[in-house]
Amino acid sequence: MSFLVNLGLGLLFGFGLLISGMANPAKVLNFLDLFGTWDPSLAFVMGGAVLVGAIGYRYVLRRDEPIRGQSFHLPTRRDIDARVLIGPAIFGVGWGLGGFCPGPALTALSFGAIGTLTFVPAMIAGMAVARLVAERNNTARAA
Amino acid sequence: MTEFTPIASTVGGLMIGLSAVLLLLWEGRIAGISGITSRLLPPYRDGALPSRLGFIIGLVGAPIVLGALSGFEIDLEVSANVPLMVGAGLLVGFGSVWGNGCTSGHGVCGISRLSRRSIFATAVFMGTAFLTVFVVRHGMGA
Repeated sequence: MSFLVNLGLGLLFGFGLLISGMANPAKVLNFLDLFGTWDPSLAFVMGGAVLVGAIGYRYVLRRDEPIRGQSFHLPTRRDIDARVLIGPAIFGVGWGLGGFCPGPALTALSFGAIGTLTFVPAMIAGMAVARLVAERNNTARAA
Repeated sequence: MTEFTPIASTVGGLMIGLSAVLLLLWEGRIAGISGITSRLLPPYRDGALPSRLGFIIGLVGAPIVLGALSGFEIDLEVSANVPLMVGAGLLVGFGSVWGNGCTSGHGVCGISRLSRRSIFATAVFMGTAFLTVFVVRHGMGA
């Protein structure tokens, strides 16, 4: 059941990426090109998503628990450490080079462009390396 | 040039936000794509693998379903520079997992929760992304 609900939510998220233009790297790169061919569309994507998110989250979090599961799994950390500076800094460079962040890259896969077909496996490899290094650090700290 | 599309972009944004809200309502989780994707790899610490798999299959299948339902025309222009895209992919994958989030987890969901950490992360990746595009497009004699 959860599989099917999540399938539907993944579809909805993907429709949003496609309709908004966020899945098109050319549009993303133009949004990021403030001093060139600037296309401000993606600010509207963020605005629309955060508007629904901010209102919807407030209502949902008034509940004691989600429909499935015992509790909400929300990030609890609020501190600013080196990881939340270095990680996003590296991510932003990659985003600016390729025009893809993780969601749009996955949604664009079925169009079969060579750029997407090479970006996605590299992205998953990068994720695996980050998890591996983080795992090692945790083990080293615990030992 | 790409066309300025405020209405389609707002509508798409609303759909992304709605998906994130419903995911929190259904199973109490954040719709962070880098988190969901990276946790498809082992080790598995919770029983949420079927949910994550469902979400990602939906995300990947979205263009096929959208095309079948509506014939909505989708513009997609991706660089064919393979070394560039491999490098970009490695940086996006490593950076988003190292920083615990990407445009969705920190950007959409984190800002919606008014998380100080996510607002900081979003400012940093927007900053380096703007800077990267500036250097590539205007800084190298282009």
